[in-house]
Amino acid sequence: MTYGPAHLLPGEQIRITTNPDTEPFWQAAKEHKLTACQCGECDKFRMPPTAVCPHCGSREKKWPALPGTATVFSYVVCNKNPKNGEDYVYVPVVVDLDGAPGARLNANVTGVDADDVHIGMKVSVVWTDIQDNWVLPNFQKA
Amino acid sequence: MAWANQDKCAIVGVGATDYYVRGKSWPRTINDMAAEAIMNACADAGISHKQIDGFAYYSTAGAGYLDKFDTASLMETLGMPHISFSATLTSGGGGCVGAVGLATAGLMNEDCTYTVTLMALQQLPQHRLGVVFGAAAPNPENSFLQPSGLVGPGHLMSMLTRRHMHLYGTQPEALKEIVQATRANTHNRPKAVRKNALSDEEYWGSPMLADPLRRLDFCLETDGAVAVITTTTDRAKDCRHKPALIHACAHGGQREWGRAFAWMGMPDPYFASAGHEFTANRVWDQSGLTAKDMDVALLYDHFSPMVLMQLEDYGFCERGEGSDYVLSGKIRYDAATGGKVNGGVPVNTHGGNLNEAYIIGMTHMVEAVEQVRGTAINQVADAEFALASGGPASLPVSSLILRRD
Repeated sequence: MTYGPAHLLPGEQIRITTNPDTEPFWQAAKEHKLTACQCGECDKFRMPPTAVCPHCGSREKKWPALPGTATVFSYVVCNKNPKNGEDYVYVPVVVDLDGAPGARLNANVTGVDADDVHIGMKVSVVWTDIQDNWVLPNFQKA
Repeated sequence: MAWANQDKCAIVGVGATDYYVRGKSWPRTINDMAAEAIMNACADAGISHKQIDGFAYYSTAGAGYLDKFDTASLMETLGMPHISFSATLTSGGGGCVGAVGLATAGLMNEDCTYTVTLMALQQLPQHRLGVVFGAAAPNPENSFLQPSGLVGPGHLMSMLTRRHMHLYGTQPEALKEIVQATRANTHNRPKAVRKNALSDEEYWGSPMLADPLRRLDFCLETDGAVAVITTTTDRAKDCRHKPALIHACAHGGQREWGRAFAWMGMPDPYFASAGHEFTANRVWDQSGLTAKDMDVALLYDHFSPMVLMQLEDYGFCERGEGSDYVLSGKIRYDAATGGKVNGGVPVNTHGGNLNEAYIIGMTHMVEAVEQVRGTAINQVADAEFALASGGPASLPVSSLILRRD
């Protein structure tokens, strides 16, 4: 089976919501800066951002600038746009973020045929404008 | 160490409605189906439904994924004079069989005398499970998942399956075997939705919905209701059937699994698992038994690969060897051999969620009861121990061992 190019889902159909624990991640994304939630005391990373560090119990958070590169941990090839059921090849990926051990993101990958996506593939962040003036990190083949 | 409440409670009644293809149960209401299942289960137990004084739910008392059970409404509908236990496990279908443990807690605390656990499911167009995750604007947590287009459970399980294939060389043929082996158990079941033998050609031709998973790796979408009645083993002596003794029961799980595919943060080897290792180990500790001691395994099969990963979590085979285990025929049921094939343990002798019906796990519990009663349609010879599992999903998940009286 040949799928062809992996597309990003159209940003105009994507919404997010935030809360005070998660908003710094999305504010950084608006400036095209990839970050992850890091404990202000023990330096361990956690994603999605939560109120308390599960390792040491601290409420202090840091939002360091990450290199914006990542490695594909797993992926799925999908062939229908979930919004309208039309034929549309997109590849959801779970990636391990470079510079943030233990932190993952779920995103789409592009710049590659869906058939050629593989676990261990290096990717770098691209930014997708979505609803309500938010910006979503996606990835392309590095 | 043996569980203090081992064999002290039992499932004494099982009841169900017909199983309908998704949406076809209308104009029945969901409460009508729930009431029928409860009354059928009580008739099976030989009690009046008005003797029920305990409710032990799972899935946060959800009826399907958008409706909700309410004990007061059920009392109003069915006329129970009083209730003295009403509790639910949190999260979703993972807690299915654990709800019987919750019932046991109520019974052993002498809160109640006859407890019902039930599920009713009606997927009218606006209630379809497969799109529930994608229907609403995501909450702040889910805003880290849903934008990727992982909107249905099949997308999510596919991510785990891909990792399993990468780590262990798991073959798509193993997923085919799971679907075919359990399909082979429905040809003689009047209520099953899918009864025809499944050819290789039909399986491979099934559309790839979320590569590596095909439509036939996804469970059925059915409407219907199922209820089971739990009481103390002392009271069970007065019921109609031999009791199905609650030999071990656990719910919960470990943080590495956590919110599971609603999160995707699980480290290896938990990522490519069913998240059942913790509750599996608990029921083995409670009982002193192992997977090899089971006569039949009723494993929650919302998606075919989750059967394979549960086989590993429960120790039917080593981690990473599920593919070879399945392909050696060991999950098959063969009446001519008393059920077991090639030293294995028959899995989903009722056809499971993939082939018989999907009522969020309850059909597995019914089959476990019938197996240890000795009345199953595809009876395993001399079945003494039946394992049943809740759905691999966000914690809690759950595990149950029933024992023949």
